Parts: sequence; C-alpha cells; structure tokens
Amino acid sequence: MSSATISAAQEAENKRINAENERLRRKATTRRRVGLGFSYLALILVTILMLFPLIIVVLVSFTPNEITQTWPPKLIPSAFTLDNYIDLFGRLPIGRELLNTIVFAGAVTIISVFFDSLAAYGLSRVDFKGRGVLLGVLIATMMIPGMALLIPVYKLLADMGLVNSYLGIIIPRMADVGGIFLLRQFFISIPKDLDNAARIDGAGEFRIFAQIVLPNSIPAILTVGMFNFMGNWNDLLWPLIMTSRPETRTITAGLAMLTGHGSSVTPYGVVMAGALISALPLLIVFFFVQKRFVEGIAMTGMK
Amino acid sequence: MTTASSKANKHTAVAHQNKKAIARRNLRVGLTFTAPALIVLAIFVFYPAIKTFITSLTTDRINRSGKFVGFQNYIDLFQSDDFWTDVINTLVYAVLYAPIVVIVALAFALLLNRKDLKFVGFFRTCMFLPFVISLTVAAIAWQFILSPSLGLVPYWLDQLFGIEGLNLLGTRETAMATIVFITVWKNFGYFMVIFLAGLQGISAELYEAASLDGASAWQKFRYITLPALRPTFNYVVIFGLIGSFQVFDQVFILTSGGPARATETIVYRIYTEAFGNGKLGYASALSYVLLIMTLIVGLIQLYTNAKHEREEIA
Repeated sequence: MSSATISAAQEAENKRINAENERLRRKATTRRRVGLGFSYLALILVTILMLFPLIIVVLVSFTPNEITQTWPPKLIPSAFTLDNYIDLFGRLPIGRELLNTIVFAGAVTIISVFFDSLAAYGLSRVDFKGRGVLLGVLIATMMIPGMALLIPVYKLLADMGLVNSYLGIIIPRMADVGGIFLLRQFFISIPKDLDNAARIDGAGEFRIFAQIVLPNSIPAILTVGMFNFMGNWNDLLWPLIMTSRPETRTITAGLAMLTGHGSSVTPYGVVMAGALISALPLLIVFFFVQKRFVEGIAMTGMK
Repeated sequence: MTTASSKANKHTAVAHQNKKAIARRNLRVGLTFTAPALIVLAIFVFYPAIKTFITSLTTDRINRSGKFVGFQNYIDLFQSDDFWTDVINTLVYAVLYAPIVVIVALAFALLLNRKDLKFVGFFRTCMFLPFVISLTVAAIAWQFILSPSLGLVPYWLDQLFGIEGLNLLGTRETAMATIVFITVWKNFGYFMVIFLAGLQGISAELYEAASLDGASAWQKFRYITLPALRPTFNYVVIFGLIGSFQVFDQVFILTSGGPARATETIVYRIYTEAFGNGKLGYASALSYVLLIMTLIVGLIQLYTNAKHEREEIA
C-alpha cells in the first residue's frame, strides 16, 4: 500500500514535471518563432534598402527626363523610353570604353594572378634566406596609401610616353601584395608531400608549381582574380588620371566625366543609363562566380 | 679511432656542403619565383614611395622642377588650418565608418547564422551586391535619391514628418555622416561574409554545453562567439581603418569636398593640390603625413594583436 502511494505521488510529480517541461518548451518555441519573425523582418527591410538604389538606377534609365525632373518624384514612373540610352551613345563612345575596360581589367587580372601566384609559391614553398625580411617589407607596403604613389608613378609613365596607352594603365598593376598574401596563405595549406613525391619523380620547381600547387588552389586563384577584376573595373582615380582621351578611357572614368564632377549638366536618365551599362558586365561575371567568390572571401578572413 | 673521427668529420663536412648547396639553390629558386612581382613592386611601389618623400622636400610643380626646401612643406602644412581640417575630417570619417561597418556586418552575420532561417543565400547575395558595383555608380544612385529637388528620400521625409528641403549632402552638419552611411551601405556585405565564415567555424557543442550550464544568450555571445571571432575582428578592423584613411571616390563624386570643406579628406586634398593646383611638393608632403598616419594605425594594431596572443598563451 505504501508503495502504491509512493508510485501515485511519483506519478503526480512526473506529470507536473512533464507539464512544466511542455510549458517551457512551448515558451522556447514561441520565443524562437518571435525571434525568427524579427530576423526575417530585419533582413527583408535591409534587403529593400540594399536593392532600392539599384532599382532606382534601372527605373530612371528607362524614364523620360521630363518625368524624372518633375516634383514630386514618383517611385514607379508613368512612361517608358529608350531615349536615355540613345542619348548616352551619342555623348560617350560606350562601345570603345567597354572594350578598354575589358582589356585593362582583363589583362591586369590575368598577369597579376600569374605573377602573384609565382611570388606566393616562392614565399610559401621555398625556404630561402631573407624570406622573412621580404615578407616584412611586403606587409609594410600594404600600408602605403595608393595616393602617395600616384604622382611619381604618373611622372614615370609620362617620361616613358605611356600616358594614354593600354601599357601605361596595365603595367603598374601587374603585381599586388594583397593577392600575394592571400595566395601564399592558401599555398601553405597544401600538403608538401605532393611536391616531394613529384620531386622524386624528377619534376622541376616550375612543374610542381604549375601541375600541383596551381590546380589545387582554384578557389583562391578565382577569388584573387575576381578581386583584381572588380577593383580595376570599378577603379576611378587611376584611369581618370592616366587616360585623358576616349581611346583609352575606361567606362567608370567615362561615367564620372558624365556627371560633370558635381554639376548636373547631363540629365539623370542618361547618367543612370551609363551607370547601368558600366555595372552590368561586372554583375554578370559576379553571378557566374558568386558562390566560389563568396567562399573565397570567407577564407581570407579566417586568419 | 682516428679514422672513425676523421670519417665523422668528413661526414659533417659533406653535410655542411650539402646544406650550403641547398641554401644556394633555395635562394636561387626563391628569387626566380618572386622576381616578376618584385620587379613590378620595386618600380611602381618602392621607388615611388622614396621618390614621393624626396619630392616632398622640394617646391616641384607638375610641369617644372622646383628647388630643395627641406621640411618647409611640412612646416607650411602644420601651420595651415585647412590641413588640420582635412586631418580631422579623415579621422572623423574613420572613427564613424570603421565601428559602424563592423557592428552592422556582425549583426547581420549573426542573423544569417540562425539555423532555422531560410533563403540565406538570397539575403547574403542582396547584401553583398552593392560591394560589387563601383562606388561611382553607388554614389550616382544615392546622389539622385537624396537630391533635394528630385529625390524620393527628401520627398518622403517631407510627406511623413514635414521636413522640407532636406539636403543631406549639401549641409555641413550632415554631409560627412551621409558619406559614411553610403559607404557602410556599400561595404558591410563584404565584412558580413567574413564574419559569417568565422561564425560557422565555431563548434555547436560549445553552445550546447553552455546551454546545459544555464548560460544566457548574451553570455554565450560574450564568452563564446566574441572570443572565437577575435582573429576575424582584427582583420576586419584593420582593413576597415586603413581603407577609411583612403576615402576618395565618394567625396569626389558626391560633394567635391564641400560644403565649405566639410567633407574634404586628406586624399581628396592630395588630388586637388597635385592634379588641380599642380603643387607636387606640397601634395607629396601631404601624402607622407597620410602614410605615417596609416603606419601608426597599422603598428598599433599589430602591437595589440601580439599582446593579445601573448595573453592568450599565458
């Protein structure tokens, strides 16, 4: 009998505990749901804020200027036109500027990724005297502001007669310290056993570099390449100073000239059309490499 | 016994020679691989860095050489009010931009790191998108949106709160803050992706153990998440700060340094002095002041990192 009472009491206690657990679990679930709801709300609001200016660029570029330039402004325009694009092509040699930008950003990317990865190989796989000092010097150069170098670089290239030429804008960008470090960090993580096996088979250093290290570093190379391509495609000051003639001017520099440096001599519709055309090729490239690029960036911040 | 020792000597001699040969070979290989990049850097980074310093000691102009004046340009700089305005503007920008971009990036990384969240890839891409487009395009878009005579933002503010003719970029008090806002908008997605990777590297077991011990959400954040993100933090802060000393494109397109020098930064001033007024010597001195400011921040950062690492080991 006494055991029956105990078990009854226990059962009651168990029930109470279960009920309490259930209550806590519900509370936790509600809290989690509310938290999730707020997370979605915050993310959706920020997504709107992120996309809003880009959507405006697209909309204004297809809106007649009379509508854009009337107060009050409207989010959704009441008419559609292609005139801004026609006007734009009349004002700027867009085709030529796009070609220039592709040549400039493309050449810099290919050459710089090659030179950077060579240097990264030397600085990560070969244990030579003075390597530590060299690394220190390279880290220090990363802190030199580009603007501090611009004047002598410009004068140097002017003396060589390379202002307003492809060579002039490409050559100084053929190596970059950031890329070297990113690649070096990645190369260090590739096991050296592979090199040694190849070395026993009689492979030279360049073959180890080209056939073992490079193929194992595609994500890092893609990331450095995309950074290079993006940085040079979007760069404003360098092409603005180096290219005063439309034959070599890049699209980003051309776009800045269109805005007339603060004064709005060009109608906004035309400027937005130019902005869209200048951004579109890069956005297309980005969407193709997006996943691996984002993963690669994640990698750069790990250490 | 003597033969044995001489044999051993011979051995060490051979080993020594081998070592030397390997060292020589490594040096040759190392230099061969680094040469292309080093030559480019020597001509377009090392040489210009020295050259800029030499120019900063002269009255060189863009089209003709001047004379050697020692540190006169620096003295002139430190005595001019405009210089201090530029320095303060640059520091204000950096002090506003770096912490804000880090906090916003971390906050959204934490949001996106929720396990029960859907569409993570979509949100991440949207937040990263402005980082891909040029500052030129971003600046043009925002300039239009904020324009007091054409823009939607002043119009909406007028309708909602009755604030009339708001000119965020054209008012002294708000121009710099607006430039900071636009740059945060453009760049935080990049730092967010880095934080997100850092967060995903933290073991879930740590959080489970903390939950069993009854830790609150804040305690988990403070004692697990933040320490684990330390290396990421260091990287983000140093790049945020060094980057913010170089601010140029936004100022160039949005405000041209105005109104009344309210957004004139050091780099923008270097540009106008060198390529507008042609005063190369003066602009070079400015460049060196900026370089030294950047180096100081970089060294403080390196020092605090090293100190933290020592403390962690101890």
